[in-house]
Amino acid sequence: MTFVENLTLFVLAAFVGYEIITKIPTNLHTPLMSGANAISGITLLGSVVVAGSGSTTLATALGFLAVVMATINVVGGYLVSHFMLEQFSRGGSNR
Amino acid sequence: MPASVLQFIYLVSGVLFIQGLRDMTHPRTATRGNQISALGMFIAVLVTALWFEILSPLVLLAALVVGGAIGTWLAVTVETTEMPQLVGLFNGFGGGASALVAGAELIDQFTTGTSATLPVGLTASAALAGLIGAVTFWGSLVAAGKLHGVVGDSPVSTNVGHALKGLFFLVAVAAGLFLVVQPSLLGSVPLAEWIPSFWVLVVSASLLGIFLVVPIGGADMPVVIALLNSYSGLAAATTGFVLNNTVLIIAGTLVGASGLILTVIMCESMNRSLTNVFFGGLGADSDSEDVDDMYEGNITETSPEEVTMLLETAGRVVVVPGYGMAVAQAQHAVAELVELLDENGIDAEFGIHPVAGRMPGHMNALLAEADVPYDKMRELEEVNPTFSQTDVVIVTGANDVVNPLANEDDSSPIAGMPILNVSDAQMVIVNKRSLSTGFSGVPNPLFAEDNTSMLFGDAKGTMQELVTEYKEATN
Repeated sequence: MTFVENLTLFVLAAFVGYEIITKIPTNLHTPLMSGANAISGITLLGSVVVAGSGSTTLATALGFLAVVMATINVVGGYLVSHFMLEQFSRGGSNR
Repeated sequence: MPASVLQFIYLVSGVLFIQGLRDMTHPRTATRGNQISALGMFIAVLVTALWFEILSPLVLLAALVVGGAIGTWLAVTVETTEMPQLVGLFNGFGGGASALVAGAELIDQFTTGTSATLPVGLTASAALAGLIGAVTFWGSLVAAGKLHGVVGDSPVSTNVGHALKGLFFLVAVAAGLFLVVQPSLLGSVPLAEWIPSFWVLVVSASLLGIFLVVPIGGADMPVVIALLNSYSGLAAATTGFVLNNTVLIIAGTLVGASGLILTVIMCESMNRSLTNVFFGGLGADSDSEDVDDMYEGNITETSPEEVTMLLETAGRVVVVPGYGMAVAQAQHAVAELVELLDENGIDAEFGIHPVAGRMPGHMNALLAEADVPYDKMRELEEVNPTFSQTDVVIVTGANDVVNPLANEDDSSPIAGMPILNVSDAQMVIVNKRSLSTGFSGVPNPLFAEDNTSMLFGDAKGTMQELVTEYKEATN
């Protein structure tokens, strides 16, 4: 992939993101934020690649630390959103 | 497997992220959306681990287990009131991981080549990821510390501070440019010669992150958290440019957009510009003599018994909760009160200001925790026109979001901020521990108005008393 192709993807994703996210109601902004946060842990992928293929010890150590931090982000973010959203659906359906 | 399979699977998880966000547009489907998004993440991680035939699976597994355990522990033990600092902390980890990956990737290239072999796209993206990632990491740590009360939260604004921020930013940018330009200028130089400039960049970006957030007051933290969320997404997207990874670009961009939109919404809700949040302290200098004059002889005190009598004859009641209610953990008592009123045929609702709480939509999450139905939470634009037909408004733990000075006094630090116009109602009951100011440091003339009565006391105790009184009176 060339830089321009990557840039194309970036710009298109930005438009899609804008269209969807502006439709999310205020009530759900906190779960949205922790969910989006978990998605930003996608950087974990990068960490996985580097931690695995690191040809120097320093790179492997940095990769290891990056995987730990990104995993905390992913797992914690999704769980926190899940707990919150369950409370929303429970509150909505009870009465 | 051909490389196109990997790209295809990345496309699938990109689509899952987008669909997951689409489902977040309604509370009924939001839980499913979160799960779809998590599935997208799982697929992306799994296929990457398999594809790249990770050299040391044990090390990788150890890292995943350690990170997963810490993340689970934090998510399970967090209180809803502490959610903003946890989200801030997670943000920081996302940004930090991006910076580390960029660094590790650069170091990896050391052993194999000279500077001439490095494409400009790689060095430029690595520099950006390092810059944004380090700012996000340290900025988020400071923001989380402020929200948790570990770091002082009073706003400070000094010229020296601004100068330092500018200096660190320039150093970071210079180091980044050096990283990008050098390969083509100097030809085949061993990489180890110029790599240290990446660390110069990371250190000055770290200092920049710290100096950016330290001067910002607690009231502006929702904006800061939202903005840092956006940064952590951008950092991930830039890492995608470094590693030529499509799903990183898509997902990172989505997060960047989400954070940016929330930032704009928060700024509008407070009528503050981003420049204002980052470079101007919110006024902490209120003239105490004026305050005494304003309140002197004009404050009416009331009691749970009197409020109960008001509630018995009311047709419509709106409760306006604020962070004080959240800190006192009074959301359950308040929810019970509204439910009781509702059962007695009174039109009872919550009026929620967008910046009530410590991050976008925080108050809604707190009330949901107390089983408040989704359709009982009214937003500012919805509830404001109804105050004139409202008999009783109960303000509990909220302050700045109901301050009429925002509409009346152009010189006030909160001038122009949209507020809940509670004084349009017949009676306003303000539950508060004292007459002290809110986060903005601005006194509130609402307390001295004729139709306002103060119900002094801790939110939880007072609201529980009110519930008990009301139960007795109506049975």
